[in-house]
Amino acid sequence: MNPLAGIGGAVGALGRRALAGIARLGRATLFIARLVPSLGGAWKRARLIVQQLYMTGVLTFVIILVSGAFVGMILALQGYNTLVRYDAQSSLGLLVALALTRELGPVLTALLFAGRAGSALTAEIGLMKATEQLAGMEMMAVDPLLRVVAPRFWAGWIAVPLLAMIFTAVGIIGAYVVAVAVLGLDGGVFWSQMQAGVSVTNDVIGGLIKSVVFGFVISWIAVFEGYDAKPTSEGVSRATTRTVVSSSLAVLGLDFIMTAFMLRGL
Amino acid sequence: MGRRGQEEAHGVDREPLITVRDVAFSRDGRAIFHDLDLTVMPGRVTVVMGGSGAGKTTLLSLIGGRLVPDAGEIRVAGENVPALSRRQLFALRRRMGMLFQSSALLTDLDVYENVAFPMREHTRLPERLIRDLVLMKLELVGLRGARRLYPAELSGGMARRVALARAIALDPLMVMYDEPFTGLDPISMGVIVKLIRDLNDALGMTSIIVTHDVAEACSIADDIYLLDNGRVSAHGTPAEMQKTTEPAVRQFMAGLPDGPVAFHYPARDYLADLQSAGHA
Repeated sequence: MNPLAGIGGAVGALGRRALAGIARLGRATLFIARLVPSLGGAWKRARLIVQQLYMTGVLTFVIILVSGAFVGMILALQGYNTLVRYDAQSSLGLLVALALTRELGPVLTALLFAGRAGSALTAEIGLMKATEQLAGMEMMAVDPLLRVVAPRFWAGWIAVPLLAMIFTAVGIIGAYVVAVAVLGLDGGVFWSQMQAGVSVTNDVIGGLIKSVVFGFVISWIAVFEGYDAKPTSEGVSRATTRTVVSSSLAVLGLDFIMTAFMLRGL
Repeated sequence: MGRRGQEEAHGVDREPLITVRDVAFSRDGRAIFHDLDLTVMPGRVTVVMGGSGAGKTTLLSLIGGRLVPDAGEIRVAGENVPALSRRQLFALRRRMGMLFQSSALLTDLDVYENVAFPMREHTRLPERLIRDLVLMKLELVGLRGARRLYPAELSGGMARRVALARAIALDPLMVMYDEPFTGLDPISMGVIVKLIRDLNDALGMTSIIVTHDVAEACSIADDIYLLDNGRVSAHGTPAEMQKTTEPAVRQFMAGLPDGPVAFHYPARDYLADLQSAGHA
């Protein structure tokens, strides 16, 4: 076969994929533009939001607790290992707290949330579409964006920052336990160094802003992929995968951008 | 007799409830309807038949305003559906019921809550009244005893009856049925046929059924429309449709495998195809 034709075909395929990706981005933007006007109205039935907060937030709670504790404990071990070379092990509390509040808390929570709750959101909405439940609602004069999508979007958006705070807190406690019980550091030094070195405005608020942004993006991707899914079992499964992949990449990319801005502001 | 009495009560010369005029619709570049005309009279059971892919479900989506035609006019209860704003469309849909082929019950709600759903969404009735209404609707379809079951625990026939109870929850003017007889055992099928007729006559509703089940359609219909190639190819009462000599109508009504609608999907010459080597 003509090698040039092969290259042409590959370039063509690449172009088609890029175009499809851009078209998807456009649909996602139109979708959020349609969703935003429904967001306020969703609070008239706060019960639905609370229900979804339970489904997304509370059910993700255990995985966040366990992961947070382990991440904190690992950080303590690894951090101590390095700090002790410079006789700086008293700064372990500060190191762990900064790492967790600025980066690991928001980012790991977001990644875990995307895998645990984002995928479930997409699958649920996609299956509701495949089983004509969304169409059925429309024919009953009930707007599925208001009744189904908006409460799930809100719940995801609210849950991520809360879970990130819990992740960070549990991580710090895990690190404290390892530092004091395993590594024999002084508990008072652990906390006081942390208190002196962590800034509320820069580190805590900065981490919170990140997780609010991540919550928005993951919830957006998850409900969009579900709503946009092909109404077949294959379509729903693809959409679920896309949710996890796209939101993980979006979280890491946005984290880089936000970190760059936040560090410049310091 | 009951049917006739009702026609007299309603007056046969009344305005049609639904008129579809010169409607054209295409999807993904494929024309589905052109010059489609049909009329649904109030109080009657109108059946729209056609082969798979004839656009029967699409027709219901057009009437319900979920799709917008490329051309033509669709009037329901005097309103031009494609021209309505979303708010007006939703107001009109409260007076329409629709039964989906998949029943489309909300899987996270039980039978009772599914039937109560439209009432809760659209009315501010007190809980006691909602309870009475839901039980009345469920009694009509014979499933009052199943009110605490979830959709996953229902058979196909039961799910469709629940969906029917939900479709009539707000006492609509009309109910649209999308393939209501598909995938049911004979007993459930008989139940659904009887329910559609009884509800239509007892509640003074109008029914539009799209289906390809000829026997059931003939047993229930007042009017039959046959869709073929994107337009109405025949129209009449069941008796007229069965007596017709028009070959395409006869083929469909009698279920003949070959006729004007060919058995073979268009293909090139059989012998040439067999002899050519290479790709399938």
